[in-house]
Amino acid sequence: MATPKVCGIETEYGILLSGNDVDPITASSLIVSAYKDSSWAFASFDVSHERPAQDARGVNLDDYLDPVIDSKMINTVLANGARYYVDHAHPEYSSPECATVRDAVLFDVAGEHVLRESMNKANERLPDGVRIDLFKNNSDGKGNSYGCHENYLINRAMPFAQIAAFITTHFVTRQIFCGAGKVGHESPTGVVDQAGYQISQRADFFEELIGLETTMKRPIVNTRDEPHCDPQKYRRLHVIVGDANMSQYATFLKLGTTSVVLSMIEDGAFPQHLLIAHPIDAIKRISNDIKLHEQVLMADGSRMSAIQIQMELCAAAHAYAETRDDTGLSTVELHEILREWQDTLDKLSTHSDDLVSKIDWIAKLRIVEGTRRRHSIGDSDSRLKAIDLMYHSLDPKVCLANKMGLLSLYGDVAIAHAALHPPDTTRAYFRGRVVDKWPGNIVYANWDSIVFDVGNRPLQKVDMDEPLKGTRILTESIIDAASSVEDLLARLGQQDFSSSTL
Amino acid sequence: MGERVFKQHDKEPPSSQSSEEESAGSKPDHAIRLDLDLILDQIDDVLEENAEEFVKSYVQKGGQ
Repeated sequence: MATPKVCGIETEYGILLSGNDVDPITASSLIVSAYKDSSWAFASFDVSHERPAQDARGVNLDDYLDPVIDSKMINTVLANGARYYVDHAHPEYSSPECATVRDAVLFDVAGEHVLRESMNKANERLPDGVRIDLFKNNSDGKGNSYGCHENYLINRAMPFAQIAAFITTHFVTRQIFCGAGKVGHESPTGVVDQAGYQISQRADFFEELIGLETTMKRPIVNTRDEPHCDPQKYRRLHVIVGDANMSQYATFLKLGTTSVVLSMIEDGAFPQHLLIAHPIDAIKRISNDIKLHEQVLMADGSRMSAIQIQMELCAAAHAYAETRDDTGLSTVELHEILREWQDTLDKLSTHSDDLVSKIDWIAKLRIVEGTRRRHSIGDSDSRLKAIDLMYHSLDPKVCLANKMGLLSLYGDVAIAHAALHPPDTTRAYFRGRVVDKWPGNIVYANWDSIVFDVGNRPLQKVDMDEPLKGTRILTESIIDAASSVEDLLARLGQQDFSSSTL
Repeated sequence: MGERVFKQHDKEPPSSQSSEEESAGSKPDHAIRLDLDLILDQIDDVLEENAEEFVKSYVQKGGQ
């Protein structure tokens, strides 16, 4: 029985300040505070209990790492249950945890909306000639990368080494449909060349198979062990290998296929012959093969292309879905994922034009190639790299992804709604609603707790160890009926919850 | 392509609806047909006049 695949995406946005020399941390703070200072509700996010150095393999590297969290940096929780803050030198949006892949896509795109609103507000305040632009991408083309991290709830009882061994196959090959495309080649130490085109933004930056790092010697499988929920029952698999997608469809496939493959691993249904011999080499080879012909060496000595590997994974997933009831995904969503996964692989095999409106690297390649031919310009012309960057701009006038007419799962109204309202079916519902209703009474919120100030009593902490509790069904009537935070806490105590625990 | 499900929907609320509800209120699916020349015309209009300067100025240190 697979764990319900609660998931979410956290994205560091690229930030470009023109007309001023202010540092990127300050610029990022301007962005987040522009949103915070507007009328939208927010509360402070607590980082004092975060353990980013806790390793799933059982080692804590806290003593060896510089402090990465500056308490002076702005750190907020939004009314949609997301966390919005300055991380390193980038504005970062961490979506609320979602119980379905579709919700996770919506709340990822809602993040783009939040960042765009922030950018517009900040630019209104800045003097003439100074402006900030934001980009949903993962690389500056100069050897600097920043992440789009996925998170999936998985079973604590599953040996981590086994998860890592199997999921690596998917992480190395899934880029053929969820890569965002990149002009040129980089290494973690700088530019290799400005010419050529590859499938993935991130592949150039992976140097290890498995490890705790996220900013250097990046591993294909990250071992951060911070479940943000009941640590006896769950792990949160923190995935750093992916690209930020502009295509909602690609985000759906990225989250959907990864959820299914993780459930297969939990249920012993992963096809165990599908192990890649040299994953770090393979992830780069596949990224650099836009014709999708490259055959990588498998652990059993055979050679397979990324499409062949994905076809076999997809076939195994179909067989898995036919024999199991409890896959950690709803039946409707599971079949939707399998159908679109198969359809995409079929179309990749035939180089179908249909994918230009669905897959980021193919849409971007179309513009790059079209511009190169139209103007007869060389491979390393700066205009091609400019196209690469502009594809990911959050300014609708500049964003080239917009101009490609990418398939949308959600329209503007739904997205704007999701920027201000939480998902219904996880604890993010409770978090978002109380942030919206009583922002002044929240001392801080965290993924798995909220601390309320009720005035004349000690601070009251509500624990939320279960991601699938605190939902609309469980808490809407209580929140609606409560006249104050004190009343809310009293009403929570009267329910079947143990006192102050959701 | 999954016509039934992969349709854009602009109705609220967005989350926790069944797929049937989603398709009931949806717009025509992906009406924009790809006309590359038209798109490239637009891109020529917005492509930075000084692409080299733009690319050079885009530096992002300190990411995960």
